[in-house]
Amino acid sequence: MYSYSDFDRNFVSRRNQQFRAQVARRIEGALTEDEFKPLRLMNGLYLQLHAYMLRIAIPYGTLNGVKMRKLADIADRWDKGYGHFTTRQNIQFNWPALTDVPDILDALAEVDMHAIQTSGNCIRNVTADHFAGAAADEVMDPRPTAELLRQWSTDHPEFAFLGRKFKFAVIGSESDRAVLQAHDIGLQIIRNAGGDIGYRVFVGGGLGRTPMLGKELREFLPAADLLPYVESILQVYNALGRRDNKYKARIKITVHENGIEEIRSKVEARFALQRAAFGGNDQRLLADIQASFAPPAFVSAPIDAFLARQNSDPVFRSFTDTNLSAHRHPDYTILTISLKAHGQTPGDATSAQMRAMAWVAEQYGHDELRISHEQNVILPHVHKSDVPTVYDALHKAGLATANIGLISDIIACPGMDYCALATARSIPIAQQIATRFDELALEHEIGALKIKISGCINACGHHHMGHIGILGLEKRGVESYQITLGGDGTQTASIGERAGPGFAYDEIVSAVERLIYAYLDLRNAPDESFLAAYRRLGSTPFKAALYPSVQIAAE
Amino acid sequence: MPQTFSPKLLTANHLQRGDAIYWAASGWADTAAAALLFDTEASATQALLQANAQADIAVGPYLADAALAADGTPYPTHFREVFRTRGPSNYTHGKQEQADV
Repeated sequence: MYSYSDFDRNFVSRRNQQFRAQVARRIEGALTEDEFKPLRLMNGLYLQLHAYMLRIAIPYGTLNGVKMRKLADIADRWDKGYGHFTTRQNIQFNWPALTDVPDILDALAEVDMHAIQTSGNCIRNVTADHFAGAAADEVMDPRPTAELLRQWSTDHPEFAFLGRKFKFAVIGSESDRAVLQAHDIGLQIIRNAGGDIGYRVFVGGGLGRTPMLGKELREFLPAADLLPYVESILQVYNALGRRDNKYKARIKITVHENGIEEIRSKVEARFALQRAAFGGNDQRLLADIQASFAPPAFVSAPIDAFLARQNSDPVFRSFTDTNLSAHRHPDYTILTISLKAHGQTPGDATSAQMRAMAWVAEQYGHDELRISHEQNVILPHVHKSDVPTVYDALHKAGLATANIGLISDIIACPGMDYCALATARSIPIAQQIATRFDELALEHEIGALKIKISGCINACGHHHMGHIGILGLEKRGVESYQITLGGDGTQTASIGERAGPGFAYDEIVSAVERLIYAYLDLRNAPDESFLAAYRRLGSTPFKAALYPSVQIAAE
Repeated sequence: MPQTFSPKLLTANHLQRGDAIYWAASGWADTAAAALLFDTEASATQALLQANAQADIAVGPYLADAALAADGTPYPTHFREVFRTRGPSNYTHGKQEQADV
């Protein structure tokens, strides 16, 4: 894992001192709210419905035990004993007092963490595949690239006041676990026919009110050209991007309005000039960064105990079936800890749970933890012989829910339970769907299914990318929930299609249930997933299940 | 025809704590039940101007639709504002922690 240099430490410390003074001046009345708001947002501090919210960056979702424990301490000392992990691989605290935030930021700096650039019209926290460095299908670990981008983009003067926020994601596998095509810039590390490492570059993806999939800008960018090339993209966006209308200010609109060919030719022209400005220092820096992401020393040990427990304990077996993924070392596994216990808030962990995860990571996981954009926590390197012990420890902490990739593994934004922008609640819908299908004991029969819920059009809950997406809106003074179908956030990405009119708060769970029963009837085999069935059959039979009365009227 | 004015209360977030506060007879109060209900646009606008001048206490004051309950206490009518009077629905946090609800 990357550790801060003296430069990083000094930078964060000075920013914290600066923000402490800004908070003091706001409270004294020397700064108006209009003056203070952009300053607090640059430091991740929002004002929500019931309280301030502090969004803390977890670069590319990577943590260790010490950092996770610090988050637990912050939750206990300055918040309400829990934290909320987000779809940007960040963590949010929902209840800090303004006067405590400078102390929280100092506490974070003790463990090389901060909240800088988690808000505002700048380059945001760079996300990456949460299986980075562990996935069996990986060409190269994407985290050194993500860290290089983090260092390049942090406080970059040219890109501190973009037309709108700007999000990067990096993956190193063919399997896309980071929703690459929903990002302003998506980078896929690939190996070309000649065996050279480079990047496939996507640009102009984004969700929100105008969802668009990223388009391929470069089929293969040599690895050494990364920074001058992405800098060229940002410069073209900064010059061409609209600033007259915030809803048309994201690069997805710039690409859409100008066309990908025009953007490509402008970027290439800029790149030809920009390339010379990078004299190789960036590559020397990258080499140092890569050294800090060296893989752990994997050990060889018999895995008999793991296999025996799988055979003797069906509950353990169920956990291993859903929550383990293939590791590149045959004796190791990637273990996903579900933060989606049925009926609980997706993405929330108590301070006790954070400490339990820190402990298992330190004892059995080479001291590595990852946050996924799906709001779960990953132990990327667990030897299979340790899985029974890890499982027992997680079980004691209420962290052994066996539902990864199933219907209750729902993404939900905070929605109107917390967020000032929300138009409806998300969390209770997620809780009710999870509880309903748990009671029906149908979850495992349904199989792979991604439900994603957003409480407003801004789509923090990625509803467009859900196999079933739910968007909460206000309609005639009450909450109303629109369903989209057929979204996919992986390498076969697609944007979900709106199914029809919205459902009331007390109708939406039953609507989802009708949809699921229809799928179970329609699928041609138990292993045909909801998404596969939808792609084979189209929307008509699913809409008929959602709107039976319309169907009857039409007949 | 001019639009009919619907009754309003005046609300904001507390600068230091961040929680919802309401314009009451003697300054800001923590509960909507203590809020003043404005029946005229003139009185509501005047209060909003006064509230805007109290930037050391309140952030982002605005008027919200409201009505009087049977017992004479005011309450906001929009569901967003109702949520602000109690707190989130997933935990008993926020104002509902203190309230007898």
